[in-house]
Amino acid sequence: MEFYVISLVKIAVVFAGFMTTLAYLQWVERKVIAHVQVRVGPNRVGPHGLLQPMADIIKLVTKEGFLPSHVHKVFYLLAPFIAVSMALISISIIPFGSEIKVFGYTTWMQLTDLNVGILFVLAISSLGVYGIALAGWSSNNKYSLLGGLRSSAQMISYELPLSLAITAPLLIAGTLSLREIVQSQGGYNFGFLPRWSVFTGPFPQIFSFLIFVIAGFAETNRVPFDLPEAENELVAGFHTEYSSMEFASFFMAEYANMITMTCMTTILFLGGWQPLFPASLGSNYVPPLLLFFFGALLLFNGLNPRRKKDRLSLPVFAVVFFLLGLLFLVPAVKPILVPFFWFAAKVGFLLFTFIWIRGTLPRFRYDQLMGFAWKFLFPAALINLLITGLLVALTAK
Amino acid sequence: MDLFFFVVFAVVAIGCGISVVLQTHPISSALSLVGVMGALAVLYLLLGAEFIAMAQVIVYAGAIMVLFIFVIMLLNSGGEVRAGRSVIVKVLGVPALAGFVVIIAWVFNSSFSELAQVHFGGFSDGSARSVGRAIFGPYLLPFEVTSVLILVAILGAVVLARKELD
Repeated sequence: MEFYVISLVKIAVVFAGFMTTLAYLQWVERKVIAHVQVRVGPNRVGPHGLLQPMADIIKLVTKEGFLPSHVHKVFYLLAPFIAVSMALISISIIPFGSEIKVFGYTTWMQLTDLNVGILFVLAISSLGVYGIALAGWSSNNKYSLLGGLRSSAQMISYELPLSLAITAPLLIAGTLSLREIVQSQGGYNFGFLPRWSVFTGPFPQIFSFLIFVIAGFAETNRVPFDLPEAENELVAGFHTEYSSMEFASFFMAEYANMITMTCMTTILFLGGWQPLFPASLGSNYVPPLLLFFFGALLLFNGLNPRRKKDRLSLPVFAVVFFLLGLLFLVPAVKPILVPFFWFAAKVGFLLFTFIWIRGTLPRFRYDQLMGFAWKFLFPAALINLLITGLLVALTAK
Repeated sequence: MDLFFFVVFAVVAIGCGISVVLQTHPISSALSLVGVMGALAVLYLLLGAEFIAMAQVIVYAGAIMVLFIFVIMLLNSGGEVRAGRSVIVKVLGVPALAGFVVIIAWVFNSSFSELAQVHFGGFSDGSARSVGRAIFGPYLLPFEVTSVLILVAILGAVVLARKELD
């Protein structure tokens, strides 16, 4: 009984957090892209546009769900459902932090741990292709069909280097469970260098990390690999015909896939919730110091405002940051928050990289995209796997 | 609990299997086949073969069936028109099917009358570790021969495609 109650509470917390992250990731993306392009970005709804996600949600929910007359109705309605549900399932096995004690209960900051966790994520993400392929086909529109075809071909092709890049750190970790993969990356070489698989021997997985991230961009249909929705060629690709909540489902699926991909990168290569340097060197004080620093920065800018309304909003945010920083110093919640901070910081940095690259790189041509996957990434992943396997076998006890 | 899930997913598998045959549109048939694969994966999971279950989803539902659907979409084939059934099918179809089911049931009942826990080949648990040990231990030769077989198939496909191009 206790198990069910704890699980339900955890599901509620993870679901609420995940949905909020999804909504605000879109705000962050719009803001970052805007600043990359020397614009301001959303700034009308709420202070600094912070209520923009709410406005978007209200708009999308209340919009009329338009059903074009020439579509295959069943598949047309099934496709966004498949896309969004497959994108949301993977979060259930992501470990956000280490074992915690809340009100006397001991539990993990993870909904469930599968002993074939990696394979589960791969299986679910490979089923996500159906959503996009079916959407493209059932819309009965040449742009959608081309988008759907491109996306399925691209996702099948990039799944190979992606899976091969995953295999190499798995050889070092020796397990398929996500929790054990993170645990195997604990500890430090020479007293300060973390044993994350990008840093540690027998063969540092830096190549495999790069291949995984590149293939991850293609799997999530992001720039520079967003051929399925290349707007100058295909209008909006596979979701040209969709509106209101069906369109929102595809949008959510894209962002959820981004979060899953960055979480997987963090777990496989960047040591999950393990800190960057040991606690003996003071890594537990990084989150409060960072928060205090940003709080002070906000306060300074609030007291010397460039715009009149910043005089009120920035000090309020500064106080929030200071309070959060103080929260990290409370001994009771420290063991919960600190591992989660490190996990969230790594995931956040990778998400920022996704957005940054969207603002920086142009789109590939379609033949370049395919040639890159099959002629460069795939052989590179194979060679990396070969070297890693050889070195792991030679250094095995 | 196991029995409940077995019954549910066995019914789903059989229902999807029937739907593969009955659907007139190729995409519907292919998606029904995906349903069969998914239900089979759950049945593997119930037998304790989690690695095989995941491999089933990744390989069959995630790769092979996506290629099927990809080709169907590329050809953009529409629904097939039902031809009138021949007299033999109309008269003998249902009795022949019933007879086949009876024979299968009789074979199972006579040779596996005491149903016990099902095991996969030589190993009893389906974890990735034991599957790996089995593949690279006692079954190494068949495994390597299969990979050569697949290589031959790939070479054959390349040769055939080449002829088309010249």
